Amino acid sequence: MPEDKELILLIEDEPQMRRFLRITLQSHGYRLVEAATGQEGLAQAATRNPDVMLLDLGLPDLDGLEVTRQLREWTQTPIVIISAREQEQDKVKALDAGADDYLTKPFSAGELMARIRVALRHAARQTAGKQEPVFILQNLRVDLAQRQVFVDEKEVHLTPIEYKLLTVLIRHAGRVITHRQLLHEVWGPAHVNEVQYLRVYMTQLRHKLENDPTRPRFFMNEPGIGYRLKFDPEE
Amino acid sequence: MEERRPSPDELLDRVRRESEQSREGQLKIFFGAAPGVGKTYAMLEAARQKRAEGMDIVVGLVETHGRKETEALLIGLETLPRRNVEYRGAFLKEFDLDNALLRKPAIILVDELAHTNAPGSRHKKRWKDIYELLGAGISVYTTVNVQHLESLNDVVSQITGVNVRETVPDFLLDRADEIELIDLPTDDLLQRLREGKVYLPEQAAAAIENFFRKGNLIALRELALRRTADRVDEQMQVYRQDKGIKDIWPAGERILVCVGHNPRSIRLIHAARRLAAGLRAEWIAVHVEAPSRVRTSEQDIKQLADHMRLAESLGAEIVTLSGQRMSEEILTYARSRNVTRIIIGKPTHPRWKDKLFGSPLDEIVRGSGDIDVYVISGDVTEHHAHREPSARTRIWRRSEWAWSIVTVAACTVVARLLFPYFERLDIAMVYLLGVVFVASRTSKWPSLFTALLSVAAFDYFFVTPFYTFAVSDVRYFITFTVMFVVSFVISRLTLRVRQQAEAARLRERRTAALYNLSRDLVRERGVMRLSEIAMKHIGEVFDSQISILLPDGQNRLAAASSGTFAFTPGQQELSVAQWVYEHRQPAGLGSDTLPGAKALYLPLIASGGVIGVIGILPKSAQDGFEPEQFHYLEAFANQTAIAIERSFLGEAAQRALLKAETESLRNTLLSSISHDLRTPLSAITGAATTLLQRDVMLDTDSRLDLVKTIQEEADHLNRIIKNVLDMTRLESGAIQVNKEWQFLEEIVGVVLNRLGDRLNDHPVTVKLAGNLPLIPFDGLLIEQVLVNLFDNAIKYTPTGTPLELSASESFYTVTVELADRGPGLPPGDEERIFEKFVRGRGVAGGVGLGLAICRTIINAHGGKIWAENREGGGAVFRFTLSSAGLPPAPKREEETSGSSSK
Repeated sequence: MPEDKELILLIEDEPQMRRFLRITLQSHGYRLVEAATGQEGLAQAATRNPDVMLLDLGLPDLDGLEVTRQLREWTQTPIVIISAREQEQDKVKALDAGADDYLTKPFSAGELMARIRVALRHAARQTAGKQEPVFILQNLRVDLAQRQVFVDEKEVHLTPIEYKLLTVLIRHAGRVITHRQLLHEVWGPAHVNEVQYLRVYMTQLRHKLENDPTRPRFFMNEPGIGYRLKFDPEE
Repeated sequence: MEERRPSPDELLDRVRRESEQSREGQLKIFFGAAPGVGKTYAMLEAARQKRAEGMDIVVGLVETHGRKETEALLIGLETLPRRNVEYRGAFLKEFDLDNALLRKPAIILVDELAHTNAPGSRHKKRWKDIYELLGAGISVYTTVNVQHLESLNDVVSQITGVNVRETVPDFLLDRADEIELIDLPTDDLLQRLREGKVYLPEQAAAAIENFFRKGNLIALRELALRRTADRVDEQMQVYRQDKGIKDIWPAGERILVCVGHNPRSIRLIHAARRLAAGLRAEWIAVHVEAPSRVRTSEQDIKQLADHMRLAESLGAEIVTLSGQRMSEEILTYARSRNVTRIIIGKPTHPRWKDKLFGSPLDEIVRGSGDIDVYVISGDVTEHHAHREPSARTRIWRRSEWAWSIVTVAACTVVARLLFPYFERLDIAMVYLLGVVFVASRTSKWPSLFTALLSVAAFDYFFVTPFYTFAVSDVRYFITFTVMFVVSFVISRLTLRVRQQAEAARLRERRTAALYNLSRDLVRERGVMRLSEIAMKHIGEVFDSQISILLPDGQNRLAAASSGTFAFTPGQQELSVAQWVYEHRQPAGLGSDTLPGAKALYLPLIASGGVIGVIGILPKSAQDGFEPEQFHYLEAFANQTAIAIERSFLGEAAQRALLKAETESLRNTLLSSISHDLRTPLSAITGAATTLLQRDVMLDTDSRLDLVKTIQEEADHLNRIIKNVLDMTRLESGAIQVNKEWQFLEEIVGVVLNRLGDRLNDHPVTVKLAGNLPLIPFDGLLIEQVLVNLFDNAIKYTPTGTPLELSASESFYTVTVELADRGPGLPPGDEERIFEKFVRGRGVAGGVGLGLAICRTIINAHGGKIWAENREGGGAVFRFTLSSAGLPPAPKREEETSGSSSK
């Protein structure tokens, strides 16, 4: 039933965008709260306790980065950033500040829904606090308990770092992870700027796990931002 | 009769004159022959008249001298309070310039133009206050008597025997928009004086005895009338010029006046100015610098500089010639400039000198040919003549005298040793040697003293009878005389040679310093660097600290740079600098304006006007700079100003160029994209409106088709806008190339994924060489290049034709190529297609920016991009990226036997 579906807080100043998002989200059964400014958004987030927040970076009063920081002081509710193309740097900053994912305008309704689903799933898992022991993505199967990786049911050997990288990607499956976050989780805080480590290992992972590394199906590069393990819980 | 049309230059000059006048205040001078003629009275009457007309007129300062009628006129006029200045225990009431500038009336009355302000005032002279008022757009009424005019000053003192110290430059009278002559017949003036209307009775009696003698007054009246007539005549000239009336004056008179350091030169200059004004002729003040006469003292140099400046301020062109024979130089120069009259002073030296060395005056008169020569008398008026000996000549250094005595003693000892073996004449030679030695290192008097002492010692020690000054043989007197004259001449010659060498060295050093400055300035760019260089050079040469102050957006000055030679002016000093900037005149230490400041401030004047101010703070406390140093400083300041201006102009030109380019890009862009934007927009609008129509029945397929159209066209629109934005941002420099070491493969993956369904109609093969290393490039930008190349291929090749993407490395260069099997490029278009707004033939849609963006990006990476036709049909696009350098490699780890090792 639609009433049972999650509550989404939309913080966006442009009315046309709000209209499009309202129709799309409501047609998928989500409940919606709208805010046109950052301040209003912060207030709504506190009173309505939404399940996911969609946050436009270019707000008239506060910038999206500031809103993210303020929200992250007291809530772990997923935040999906909506940004224009010129805002690469702001996007990375917002993600590093704790936003969960991003969408670049213009985006399709399908992309939006996928991002919301991923965000909700991660939120749910975080509250449940457990990870499924086996991760399956098309012909890729990772047995996290046994630390085994299979492609087309054939075991693939990974180095410890490759494996660690893979598990981090799986933990964030479907979401973008910035270079900084990945480096921090895999190599530790001392190496957050050594992006080329990451590139080398990502390439190795692709060569081991993808059928055609030049047309990756799992390990997606998001230039200037980070990586994403392509995954949609609906599929 | 038809009037002659004024030439454009004349017209421009008139426009400039008029616009300058309208911006600046008007100056009206009430001009009189003597005190008491009623100038102040007339000025106040005029003021009341203006006030009755409704003008905003205030009294800045009026001296009534206790005259009742005058005081009565003041009633009802707004009077500004005076400024109290304490000076040596007395309170002086001075004109309050700042208050007047603040009040900013339309007209202000300031009496007594020639007044000298109390020490500590902003300007030394009141006329400078008035100049500032005029500059601020305030009109001024003022009064002045004829004896205060600079050019008539000497005439007046000749007539009346009274020296007038308070003078005003003549150009003020020329600057005046209106001059009202207040004339009173001499008898009437004397009558008023006796009646006590001018001075209090006891003062009046003394005045009649001295200045107000009838003869004096008549002469002064004549001077005033004539000066006014001259001025009216000038106005007539201006009027004639404006109206294009032909010049009826025989043109071509040119006067040359010979100026030296002698105070009499002042009279010559005044005489020349009067003659020039009378003839309406140009005049040139010439000084001949003879190398043989470099022994001029510093005092003389200063005097000469003062004279030349006076001549310049009176409107002369000033020229310095150099040559051995003064008469020859003057005549040659006079001929070359078509001079018609030469003014020269009467000689003051004794006649025998002329007989001996020749008379320059005589030579000029004889050689002048058709040039008239005016010889003017050389009375030296008292106040010009006081010449204090300069500090250096007054205090003879003791060591010089010691040199003299020690040397003669030494010569005596040597001569004594030689005496038994040599002739007396040879002994005399030893002394001569001593004289030369002393002259080469001391000044005039010690060398003369040495000559005398040598003769005395020679007599005492070597002439019989020995050890007395008595002389047994009269012949020795000849020896003595010759010896003295020879020593004297030798000492003078040696001295002169040394002084010449010193003068030459000084000049050489200064020229070299100036040359070094200009050479260093030429080499540098950027205002900061230029300021630093100027500060260093000027600071070194003048042993000072320097501050270069440049205006900000609001025309407030601020220190431009810092360094070892810099000083930062305080608030007080900064206001002096600000004044200099606004008035384009030097001020501060040792100048006429605000002499109380710690540093001297000079305007940095370049061709486009004042660009800033330079402050010079001498390291050692001193009253100011010598005139010569001052001129020299000005030369440095000018060099600096020109260099800084050049830098400013360069920057401005750069900005203008960038702006013009951006502008033209924007224009082309707008005209080019308006069509391209409209096409997808029309499709979207059409599809959407059809869907919205209620009365039209559409089947599901048609609806889907229309919705698909909207989606595709929106996508298309998005791509166009993205390209346009990218191009603009690339060109404006908003996008920085952010190179990171990465694999090409990753970016190819992104691109192929991003293109997605659009590649459905073109099978793509990807061949990346296995050994491709990490390459430094900007992922986002190279992604854009590949997307644009693919877009291009999709657009221009038929459906179903294959595309091949390949990359390989050789010699640290990675070459990436995209080949198609389309129609290929029209011959000759291989280069053109990378230009902006160039579209391929026969295909609609697109702005013609895609490849231009590719080229911009690849160029920014230091690579090359080009296209050519392929063997077997189709085109190939190639670009290169450098893979030189070493990426920071991650530590390789041993592959474990399996991930399940645990």
